[in-house]
Amino acid sequence: MNIKQSVGFYDTFERSGSPTRDTHYCAGCGHGILHKLICEALVDLGLQDRTVMVNPIGCAVFGYYYWDVGNIGAAHGRAQAVATALNRTLPGRVVIAYQGDGDLGAIGFNCTFQAASRGEHFATFFVNNATYGMTGGQLAPTTLIGQKSATSPAGRSAAHEGYPLHVCETLDQLQAPVYIARCSLADTKRIMQARQAIRKALEIQRDGKGYAFVEFLSPCPTNLGMDAIQAAGFVANEMEREFPLKCFRDRSAEAEPLPAPVPAPSPSEFFAGDAADAPVAGDDDFVEKRMKFAGYGGQGILSLGIAIAEAGRFAGRQASWFPSYGPEQRGGSASCTVVLSAKSIGSPDATHPDVLVCMNRPAFERFAPTVRPGGLLICDTLAGVTPAEAPAGVRFVQVPATELAEKLGVPRAANTVMLAALATLGATGLPREQLLAALDASFAKKPKLIPVNRKIFEEAGAWCREHLARAGG
Amino acid sequence: MNKKPADGGDKSLPRPVIHEDYCKGCGRCIAACPKHVLRFKSTLNRRSVKPAEYVGEGCIGCGFCFYNCPEPFAVEVHTPDKKTR
Repeated sequence: MNIKQSVGFYDTFERSGSPTRDTHYCAGCGHGILHKLICEALVDLGLQDRTVMVNPIGCAVFGYYYWDVGNIGAAHGRAQAVATALNRTLPGRVVIAYQGDGDLGAIGFNCTFQAASRGEHFATFFVNNATYGMTGGQLAPTTLIGQKSATSPAGRSAAHEGYPLHVCETLDQLQAPVYIARCSLADTKRIMQARQAIRKALEIQRDGKGYAFVEFLSPCPTNLGMDAIQAAGFVANEMEREFPLKCFRDRSAEAEPLPAPVPAPSPSEFFAGDAADAPVAGDDDFVEKRMKFAGYGGQGILSLGIAIAEAGRFAGRQASWFPSYGPEQRGGSASCTVVLSAKSIGSPDATHPDVLVCMNRPAFERFAPTVRPGGLLICDTLAGVTPAEAPAGVRFVQVPATELAEKLGVPRAANTVMLAALATLGATGLPREQLLAALDASFAKKPKLIPVNRKIFEEAGAWCREHLARAGG
Repeated sequence: MNKKPADGGDKSLPRPVIHEDYCKGCGRCIAACPKHVLRFKSTLNRRSVKPAEYVGEGCIGCGFCFYNCPEPFAVEVHTPDKKTR
């Protein structure tokens, strides 16, 4: 006995409550027809055990309850990005992105276009039913001119909603795709053509040849307000007029198998250049320091943070530098957070910094309340903060940074003054020599500024020793 | 889970086997059948739709009903091996 039956599905679908053997799709929906063709091809080609299906958002969101392959769900429109990642991290798998017209053609179209342009090695099965099914029949990018939808009740008009998006034709402009075809699920003849196209796309995956894209015109009886037969007729007649069935491209014969993807480096490999700066052995008692530097852009806030992070690296600490600034190069508020630690740093942010340096009043107002009790707050005198305003339980220090820098002839070196203040106060937990070395390094591209900044560092240090006691001292 | 299919066709001949509880009554198989040997049943299934049923003879085992059916487990096509026919 020869039995033609569905293969490649789970025996039962553990969707909700008790297991079932029927899908969640409406009567006459094209998804089920396509699911059967794909599963049959995966089994026939022997690919089931190494296939990963990327499930979309849309009616097919529950695909993972049905097809018995590896499954992953992608955020709306991002199936192509997830498929890219799968293909690159799991070489040897057959990766399939299964998406509808809302997921692929609207919110995810750029993802699709770029993945196709890169010629990623996976297959895309694109279900075009000319409407948004799951959300209730709204206008889709592929809705036909004149077609009524929940959001185009008078019918789509080119003037208001633009023209239907031809995805295959658009992708056919790209160089990389190996195979692009449009099929239909309207009747037996077309279903058999679709069956062949699916096999072709999967053979291209099996043979490692690259990007294959197959579009399926598919009936959505519910949202078209038709019965299954009428909806199939709509697909065969109305939709095909707008979206002709065609094999746009088949380069599978001449395409060479793609080279194996270069394995992505692990973070430690990626930052291999920093390996020499691994924490000093036996230094686990170094107390992690979280510091924030804030002011307006152009005051050298970000450079100050980099210098301290660099000094941390020179001293064998782990260091992170995390800037936050507006689109302006000068002016606008700018801040950065530096974390120094003996161990790998989890978060580069500091909700409650140990040290806060404020170069102006707005920075003080914004960040002063966040300083950890027992922490240190350093303000430029020009910020005009009075000791009474400083948060309770926080050591408050004023440094005339801008004024000193101007007096020493380099108005822009207020940050060097602050560096000297931090060094004098011992606020960073780093040796003075390392801070000085980092200061030199920050002017590596303008070496003639090194002597003057060193001079400012020394003079500012002298001012601080005269006026400020060491932190905790 | 699997209810015994109610087909009634001659087991020595090709025949569709319809699991009527999984049928949603869309009628795609009926429209696709080149021999017009499928029809809607006169009674309702557990989903309260009239499922497809085989008239009992005339099936040529083409499989069109299977490929047109959107449900994975609603219809199978059984074709006897040639030597046993």
